[in-house]
Parts: sequence; structure tokens; C-alpha cells
Amino acid sequence: MKRTILAAVSTAALLSSSAAYAGPEAEVLHWWTSGGEAKSVAVLQQEFADNGGTWTDMPVAGGGGDAAMTALRARVLSGNAPTAVQLKGPAIQEWYEEGVLADISAVAEAEGWADVLPASIAGHMKCEDIWCAAPVNVHRVDWIWANAQVLADNDIDMPTTWDEFNAAAQKLQAAGVIPLAHGGQAWQDATVFETVVLGLGGPDFYQQALVDLDPAALTSDTMVQVFDQMRTLRGFVDPNFSGRDWNLATAMVMNGEAAFQIMGDWAKGEFLAAGKTPGQDFLCASTPGDGFLYNVDSFAMFAVDGDDKQAGQQLLAKLIVGPSFQKVFNLNKGSIPARVDVALDEFDQCAHLSAKEMTSSSEGGSLLPSYAHGMALRGAQSGAITDVVTAHFNSDMSSADAVQMLADAVANSY
Amino acid sequence: MPEWLEKQLPKLVLAPSFIAVLVFVYGFIAWTGWVSLTRSRLMPRYEIEGLVQYSKLFASPRWDTAMNNLVVFGLLFIIIAMVLGLLLAILLDQQIRTEGAIRTIYLYPMALSMIVTGTAWKWILNPGLGLEATVRGWGFEDFTFDWLVNPDMAIYTVVIAIIWQSSGFVMALFLAGLRSVDGEIIKAAQVDGIPTWRIYSAIVIPSMAPIFLSAFIVLAHLAIKSFDLVIALTGGGPGYATDLPATYMYAMAFSRGDLGQAAASAMVMMMVVFAVVVPYLYSELRAKND
Repeated sequence: MKRTILAAVSTAALLSSSAAYAGPEAEVLHWWTSGGEAKSVAVLQQEFADNGGTWTDMPVAGGGGDAAMTALRARVLSGNAPTAVQLKGPAIQEWYEEGVLADISAVAEAEGWADVLPASIAGHMKCEDIWCAAPVNVHRVDWIWANAQVLADNDIDMPTTWDEFNAAAQKLQAAGVIPLAHGGQAWQDATVFETVVLGLGGPDFYQQALVDLDPAALTSDTMVQVFDQMRTLRGFVDPNFSGRDWNLATAMVMNGEAAFQIMGDWAKGEFLAAGKTPGQDFLCASTPGDGFLYNVDSFAMFAVDGDDKQAGQQLLAKLIVGPSFQKVFNLNKGSIPARVDVALDEFDQCAHLSAKEMTSSSEGGSLLPSYAHGMALRGAQSGAITDVVTAHFNSDMSSADAVQMLADAVANSY
Repeated sequence: MPEWLEKQLPKLVLAPSFIAVLVFVYGFIAWTGWVSLTRSRLMPRYEIEGLVQYSKLFASPRWDTAMNNLVVFGLLFIIIAMVLGLLLAILLDQQIRTEGAIRTIYLYPMALSMIVTGTAWKWILNPGLGLEATVRGWGFEDFTFDWLVNPDMAIYTVVIAIIWQSSGFVMALFLAGLRSVDGEIIKAAQVDGIPTWRIYSAIVIPSMAPIFLSAFIVLAHLAIKSFDLVIALTGGGPGYATDLPATYMYAMAFSRGDLGQAAASAMVMMMVVFAVVVPYLYSELRAKND
């Protein structure tokens, strides 16, 4: 008797749990936990709730996403992937190849993503022919930031070629100012390196060397010149740069200790947070040379079971690319919207410059993925290049040796 | 029945931990060995591809640096920590009044986590903030101590920090060893008028051979698995100048999504540990059988 009741109850429970549709649900794994970033995620969370969804937040901080990736691996291995995960660049396709991503083409086509996203950025959101990720923002990496007062005092204009930069830096050095604020961490070395590759080699060379990994480009004379310039830049950095965090380097520019910093536009957030005005206290310009290196944050959608989760996924994807979220989020984060049709009235002049050059370089074919920030290459290859760049920058290795080592490291990384 | 139970009880009691060790130690070693033979990237894959990960590993200049650093770091650390620890122990063994207090002070760094040690020494050794800046502030303008930011010398700063951390522990080990030497022999030697240094070098230290071996094993495995200290002190930098095998493995597994490469480096690390531990176990077991 007892047993029958139990069976009946559990059957009812099973039935009701599969029948009940609780509305859209999403569990979101991300590592935006610091001030401005956390605020930006809260915007998305709010919009999701306003549309009737239930958001389960899964923030995993630490190690620039390493900790989150470890958590993700464990979740996927146990067959219980989160709905959406903050992922970017070729890592999206790498996860797709593991067979765990969902197809969100229906949303993408209904919302007309192909028309509002620049083609090369849209490419990152596609796995083979289907849409599998939603872009959040576009960070530009090839920025050079300067202290306006220091430049004015020393009668220097924003450099437009690397030779001009070197001349300006020598002048600043003579005047007792640190020309280049830099933090000696591998990814920062790599950030400077890729802007030099773009500046000295041009967009085509950048594409061949750091996207296609063409051995001829990697061992070319241009690459030797790039390493020569890196050695020159090493001379413009203060001796105490090892291990310094990027925001401390930004602070050096802010308080006039140093003149320039080469860093993506998250540095702008630091300037703004300190109450500085672009164009007045600090200057922004693209690093010498043509082109635009982008670092696009995005959410990859993982295959999940259940109607409510799938509905949540669709809703999330729609909201992420929606104009209102793109605007509010990027105002908080310092980047620019990934979609090109968002009104930029409330954005500052650096963002305007960024948006203008994104459109023009997209048309000119020089809108390129940043290798230093995991947009151009898979982890093993970009890591191999970074090893060589940072080894060269932090030693007295000759440029010819570095070029040889670069080609070997890339060949050894497959 | 009780008799049967009595006979089987030890086996039954040991079985869970035996199974746990079998699965979680040896099982996972075998799993890592398997993965190291595949081309696993983000997620483990199980198609065996041969020794490709090992040939990549040995062709990698960064791995070379890591292994060289391990040798330099390991040897210097073990030798200096043992010499310093022994010296401190002998000095403390002279029946001084405040021994308890001094012993606690020397042992205290061991109570800190490596992360704290690393961070503190990072600030002390930072040329712009720490020792160099302070001495320059005293008026010695030419004083330079920039090992932390000098790629050729940075590994020695890791040695300094770990010796500071663990030589007190080695001292405690040796002190216990010194105390275990039979007092009668020492007294007899003193009666015979043998000088103190001779007593130590000819009687006390030779009779402490097992302690030396234990200290060596403890320090050697500390050296091989060193990770947190390097991460906190130098972050593996400048460049990758202070990488150790453990940080290499971490970078491959968790930052680069290259599990196969990480597994291969883990296997090589394990072989290094075996090379140190197996002779020790062998000599221990032989001693017991004698």
C-alpha cells in the first residue's frame, strides 16, 4: 500500500517537473567581477529579469579567466554545461570542435546579426556555418595613451610613425621623463609586440605573420625590424617594470611620471575613473601605422537540455546583441558596441575615434584580430609566440635569434 | 565467524584507503600517462598518437629553462638550507638559556604560506620599493640589487625566499637528530679531552645520517613541486626566466588549453621525483631486510 502511494507520488513529481515550464532560464559563467565589469554584467542581468527570465550567476574570478575555464571544463566533462559562457576568439571554435556548443542561428537570423556586425567580427561568432556565440563589445588593442601635459611641456605631438615615436621618446628621456610606461608581464609584452608588427609591417604582413603563421613572414626581414624596434622600446622603459600590472603603468602616465602607454582601451576606464578628461588630461590615438586590432568579448552558447534553458539561451543571445544592452554595457566598460548601428552620442571622443576607424578599417580589410588577447590564434600557438616575444624583450637576445626562435616555436606548437 | 572476521579485519579496514589510493593516485597517474600520449587540447581525448608531446616538450626552450631552473634552484636550495639548518641546530644545541624562544623564532617562517613569503620578498627585493631604494635613500647612490628584475639572476631570489622560509624547519629536524645522539658517547669523548668540533664532525654528524636523508627527501620534493612561491614572487618572470616545471605544467594545462603537453610535462616531473625517491626507498627497504 505504502509502496503504491510512493510510486504514484514520484510519478506525479516526475510528470510535473517535465511539464512545468518556469520561463526562460540561464546560467551564465563569466569572470567580470571587478567594479566596472560587475556593473556591466548587472545591466544584462536586469534586462534578462525584465524579460521574465531567471538568471543564475556563476562568476569565477581569477587568473584572467583561467579559473573560469577550469570550472567550465569540469562542468562540460560532467555533462552539465552552463547556458552561456564568456569565451572569445578561436576558443569558441575549439569548444565547438569538442561538440558542446549550441546552434543559435535562429535568433541571429531573426535579429539580422549579419547586417549589423562587421564581417570579420561576425566570423568569430560562427562555428562552421552556424551562429554559436554572441558578441558583447569591441575593445581596440592598438591604442597609445599619453599624458597631455607632459607632451605639451616637451613640445611633442602624438607620434604617427614609429620613428617619430622613437625621436619623441629620446627627447623625453633627455628631459628626465620615462617615455613608455610598461608592465613586464608576458601579455603586456605581447600587446606592444603586435602593435609594432601592425605598425611596421602593415595589415597584410600582420595577417600573414600572426594570423596565418606563414613561416616566410615569421622569418622575414620585416620581423627582424619588429624585434629591433622591441629592443629600442625596451630602452624607453624604466628599469623597475618587471611584473608591474597594467593599471599601475596607466597610473604612471596619469601622474606624469611617464609619457606614453601602449595598451587596449580598458586603460581608458582607469583614466576616466580617476576623473581625467580625454583630449584635455590625456590623449588617445591609434599606435603608429594603419589598421585596427580588435579584442571582442563574447558569450558562447553551450548545448543545454530543457525548454526553459533553451528559451533562456535564445533570450540571452537576443538581449546581448540588442542595441540597448550594447550601449549601456559599453559605456560602463570603456569599449565600443560590436554592432555598428548604435548611436554613440553619449560616448567619449576616444570611443568615437575607435568606432569610426572600426568601420573604415572593416571596409579597407584592415580590421584584424588581436593575437595577444586570444583573438587570432589558438592557445598553444599564441602562447608559443608570446614565450619568444617575452624572452626577447627581457634579455639581450639578438633580433635574428628571436626570429629563428619564433619560427621554431610556432612549428613546434601544433 | 568471529575468528574469520578477526583474521580479515585488518584487510577490511585498510581496503577503503587502499582503493582510494589505487584510484586517486595510481589510477590518475596512469590517466595522465595516457593523456600525455594523445593530442588533447582543451578536453582530454583518448586516441593515442605516440610520443609527439614529449618531442614537443624537449624541443621547447621554455621547458629547457624550467628544467635548468629546477636544477639550479633545487641544488642551491637543498645544499644551503641543509648547511644553514645544521649550523643553526649546532649553535642552538649549546645549552643556551633562551633556546625555546629562539627555536620558535627560527621555525616561525614555516608557519607562513609560500604566497605570503613570496609577496613579502617581492616587495623587499623590488628595486624601486625595497632594499635597493632604501640603501640608496641612505646615500649609497650606486648600490644596485636588482636580481628580481634581472632575468639571469631572478631564479636566485626564489632561492633566497625559500631558504628563509624553510631553513628553520631543517634546523628543527637536525636539532631533534642532535638530541637523539647518545649523551654517554659525547661525555666519554669530552672526558678524553676531544675538542668540540671534533666531537661534532667525527661522532655526532655521522650518527645522524638518517636525518640527513630525511631532510634531503623533504627538501627535494619541496623543490620539485615548488609552484606558489614562484607565482607570488616573480610570476615566472621576467619573461619566463624563473619558470619551473610545475609552473610550466600549470600554464599549459590551464592558460593555454594544451592538456597533452601539460600531461607530458607532469610525467617528466614524476620521473624526476622517482629518480630521487626510488633510491631512497630502495636503501630503506634493504636496510630493513638486513
